[in-house]
Amino acid sequence: MTIGVISFQGDFQRHIDRLASVGATVEPVRTLPALGRVDAVVIPGGESTTIGMLLDRFGMLTALRDRIRDGLPVFATCAGTILLADDIANSTQPRIGGLDITVRRNAYGRQVDSFEADLAVSPEWSDLGLRDCDSSEATDVDLPVRGVFIRAPMIVRTGESVRVLMSFEGHPVLVQAGAILAATFHPEMTTDLRIHRYFRDVVAAGQTVRSAL
Amino acid sequence: MSEALWSQRQPATWRTKVGLAEMLKGGVIMDVVTPEQAKIAAEAGAQAVMALERVPADIRAHGGVARMSDPDMIKGIQDAVTIPVMAKCRIGHFVEAQILEALGVDFIDESEVLTPADDRFHVLKHSFKAPFVCGCRDLGEALRRIGEGAAMIRTKGEAGTGDVVEAVRHLRTVTDEIRRLGSLPPEELMTVAKELGAPYDLIVEIAETGKLPVPNFSAGGVATPADAALMIQLGAEAVFVGSGIFKSGDPARRARAIVDAVAHYDDPKALAEISAGLGEAMVGINVSTMDGQQRIAGRGW
Repeated sequence: MTIGVISFQGDFQRHIDRLASVGATVEPVRTLPALGRVDAVVIPGGESTTIGMLLDRFGMLTALRDRIRDGLPVFATCAGTILLADDIANSTQPRIGGLDITVRRNAYGRQVDSFEADLAVSPEWSDLGLRDCDSSEATDVDLPVRGVFIRAPMIVRTGESVRVLMSFEGHPVLVQAGAILAATFHPEMTTDLRIHRYFRDVVAAGQTVRSAL
Repeated sequence: MSEALWSQRQPATWRTKVGLAEMLKGGVIMDVVTPEQAKIAAEAGAQAVMALERVPADIRAHGGVARMSDPDMIKGIQDAVTIPVMAKCRIGHFVEAQILEALGVDFIDESEVLTPADDRFHVLKHSFKAPFVCGCRDLGEALRRIGEGAAMIRTKGEAGTGDVVEAVRHLRTVTDEIRRLGSLPPEELMTVAKELGAPYDLIVEIAETGKLPVPNFSAGGVATPADAALMIQLGAEAVFVGSGIFKSGDPARRARAIVDAVAHYDDPKALAEISAGLGEAMVGINVSTMDGQQRIAGRGW
């Protein structure tokens, strides 16, 4: 099982480091053949217009869209979440789509308005297999997740297929739809590995299903 | 929206400042002087633009005192693009920095390209909400700036020349010095801190981690896709391109080519295609023919 990290632009190295820390095999992805080799994909934070443009330029936008439709597990943060959104308010920028949400870019303001905040872990989130993690880490489970929001987008609408896992100030900040996991903040900017571990488990669960078929 | 939740926000932390620098890795930041150029840069795939009144090559040609840009010009560029907008203040000119922060500039470059306002001290960057980037020629200078609060470091190179030799020298110097620190016994680190003129705690940290605590970008003399790929292969995490784009024959095309080159920095076949048929590069000045007075990299203390 290899998790690919789209590594053109943004904080891809942070994702690579975090995924390695949770024991995943990680490969940076910058070409179509590399994309074809991976079993899951991470779309990092960065500039969504730049990443979308480069994916498009190198023929990877359509390929990603098709593979995600076919069930490729994806974890997106910030810019990645913008690229997965079916609807981006006031924008026609190149996108992957596939996640039934509407996002508003830079909705919290400019960089001087970027912030950190504690995000409560709801009982529902604790139930998502987190308690089954290695017992040594189980004490983490109810601690809040430190949300790092950098020129963050806001999810202003979620479709019926989308489950809200975490919210802040009334807006979803971590959502899941099938094998798609998307955050508006940056779990990769902290050393808290819970969300990356959760994604690793989503990918592993999909693998089990696939090999059972 | 409840008061209690709002109060949990902690704005402009060190992590959000370095975080934006992290988000800017692996791309190209382009100098622009008009909203139209900013749009060309964004459409080419720039991940941020640097708003300034004159590109370094023109600052060189015109001489005189180079200052912070007109706020109207910066606002025009902020309105024209959705990507982050950076702007420059003079070394030590903390009021220009305050003005740039009030304008909502995403990153402030305390830059040697402008005429220094203080010949001894830099801006105390920790006291600002906006993150700062500063230039360096060696590790000591990089660490002094980080000690003052810079959330991103870039090599100075020799801006406005189109000659990449100084950027290469500065990047190699920084990485060599970092590598050397890793090989030293701990009792030597205090004397190294003294010799480099760098904060001791940062020296100790780098001896352990083997890298700077903030992203390390490259600037000053990048004019071609190959130059950009060279800097990335040497270890820069992104590149600034100043005069190299809008002083060339076909800016839109060259801008896009430099973006593509950074994305494929380790693929020579792709770089060969990317580098073909770009029209004229900026004319350039050979740095080795310049006298000390003409060089700006020496500004900074």
